[in-house]
Amino acid sequence: MSRENNATSAQPNLPEPPPPVERQIRIGTDLLKKKRHSKDPKGKGFWKRASKQKALLLMSLPFVIWLVVFKYIPIGGWLMAFQDFKPQFGFFEQEWVGWKHFKDLFNEPMFYTALENTLGMGILGLVFGTASAIIFALLLNELRFHALKKWTQTISYLPHFVSWVIVANIVITMLSQDGAINNILVSLGLIDQPINFMARPDMFWGIVTLSDVWKETGWNAIIYLAAMAGVDPQLYEAAKVDGASRLRQMWHITLPSIRSVIIVLLILNIGNLINIGFEKQMLLGNNIVMEKALVIDLYALDYGIGMFRYSFGTAIGIFKSVISVILILICNSVAKRIGEGRVF
Amino acid sequence: MKKWTVFDIGLTLFMIFVLVITLYPFLNILAVSLNDAVDTARGGIHIWPREFTIANYQEIFGSNDLLFQAFIMSIIRTVVGTITGIIASTMLAYTLSRRDFVLNGFVGLLLVLTMFISGGLIPDYMLIRSLGLINDFSVYILPMLLTAFNVIVIRSFMDNLPVALEESAKIDGANDFVIFSKIIIPLCMPVIATIALFLAVAQWNSWFDTYLYARGNEALTTLQFELMKILDNASLSSGDINSQNAEVIAGQTNPQSIKMAITIIATVPILLVYPFLQKYFVTGLTLGAVKS
Repeated sequence: MSRENNATSAQPNLPEPPPPVERQIRIGTDLLKKKRHSKDPKGKGFWKRASKQKALLLMSLPFVIWLVVFKYIPIGGWLMAFQDFKPQFGFFEQEWVGWKHFKDLFNEPMFYTALENTLGMGILGLVFGTASAIIFALLLNELRFHALKKWTQTISYLPHFVSWVIVANIVITMLSQDGAINNILVSLGLIDQPINFMARPDMFWGIVTLSDVWKETGWNAIIYLAAMAGVDPQLYEAAKVDGASRLRQMWHITLPSIRSVIIVLLILNIGNLINIGFEKQMLLGNNIVMEKALVIDLYALDYGIGMFRYSFGTAIGIFKSVISVILILICNSVAKRIGEGRVF
Repeated sequence: MKKWTVFDIGLTLFMIFVLVITLYPFLNILAVSLNDAVDTARGGIHIWPREFTIANYQEIFGSNDLLFQAFIMSIIRTVVGTITGIIASTMLAYTLSRRDFVLNGFVGLLLVLTMFISGGLIPDYMLIRSLGLINDFSVYILPMLLTAFNVIVIRSFMDNLPVALEESAKIDGANDFVIFSKIIIPLCMPVIATIALFLAVAQWNSWFDTYLYARGNEALTTLQFELMKILDNASLSSGDINSQNAEVIAGQTNPQSIKMAITIIATVPILLVYPFLQKYFVTGLTLGAVKS
């Protein structure tokens, strides 16, 4: 009994200080290998072990069923893309049409618009999202005024936690013709007439990117800040002795120290380049800017569900998944080659 | 105290600027939501209401049944979704943290694979339809029950717990379910707080499932979805409040002001919760971020 109590008090005062981010990443990627309880000695049969683990089996059973139903049956649903799916018939009574929907897809000019918009906004989001998070983390890390540092960090998370519906509302309000942005621009004399930002197709990508930066910079900076907290303070001391300015320290010490974190995150984000979703585009877009707002998921939604072309919509989804897997594999091998270790 | 350089002063000013651009929109919306609707149409409201009124909130909580119902439904789905999600993720995480569990490898693989491939919009929709979940409350709960990311974060936390407790309980004859509920769960409270926050925020903020699966059942509408509908109606004309206002000039409120009041109601619960869980989610996030 006393051993138990000891163990409770020896229990680290949670949450424990995070280990350096590089190690955490390794923890994350090695999950499948890590062992807490060693396996029973070899030779014990599967059934024998299983019969002793009825409670564990019962605990995982509902979720295995859940995973199969909600995650794997939809993947099986990909077969729909090779049918002419009509909801009034059962799955196995459908007519099989081979690659017809894929051919239709590649002959559709609208598809290329959607692809261009997806990649365009994906790349802009990746570049500005990463850069803003790193810069914000660098500057916050240098801030001397500690109370302000704490407040800024806490408040910078707020936009992350509110929904895109709210953010879209904020953006549309701020950018409206009598909104704050137009008021500032007019009073600074930069423009004569208020601009109707939301009705300008040429500005749509920029608006989406900036909204994203506004919403997620603080949140995305968390991991860079954690990495910066692990930099050896002696490095800064040595640099100070050598007379390096604060900017030079940021450039020559802080940035190189978090290099591997930046690269790993960049690679993961490139893998997700095409998975930018549709929420922002759907909520911020309107008919006037649709040529710039139509992304692949919106396209699938409009055609697949809106026009009941289920098979065609599924084909769009498959195309997206294939591109995404290819991107992940490429990035993974690039990571291996430049010696940052495979991401997974 | 070291001397403050120009660099420090510039940095401090910049951070104050960041604070202002983050907070100004929220303060502006709060001011508009507390301002008389007709007066708002004159423009020029910044962070302080000019003609203070709570009519916009009265409209939502009093006279407008639909919006009040949406508010209640948002709360119900958040509470139910968070509780079921926590039970599901901790239970699954526990079985996965048990390396001696016979199905460990299989279930782990089944879970991790879902992070890399998913059926996509249309197959998901067809599944929900054929399960008969359309316009049913369970459509808010079942599809969001588990996410691989959450399970993995909880599991890595469990991996760091001392094994001794569990083993002595086992010697005392406790079965796995008792160990899970009496020993593991109490030790996991910090990570449960983090995941509960993530789940609650996801439920509270969700609008697309209402849009796609529950549009036909008015009883299932949520605040976010009502806000989205107003946004949708007004996304182009919101530029000029005056034109909208012309239609409702006689009334005490207008869609613009109601929209702002809903926005505030939808933001406040988040504002009340997340700062207090900050230290937990920062640790949880750095642990699992890369896996996502």
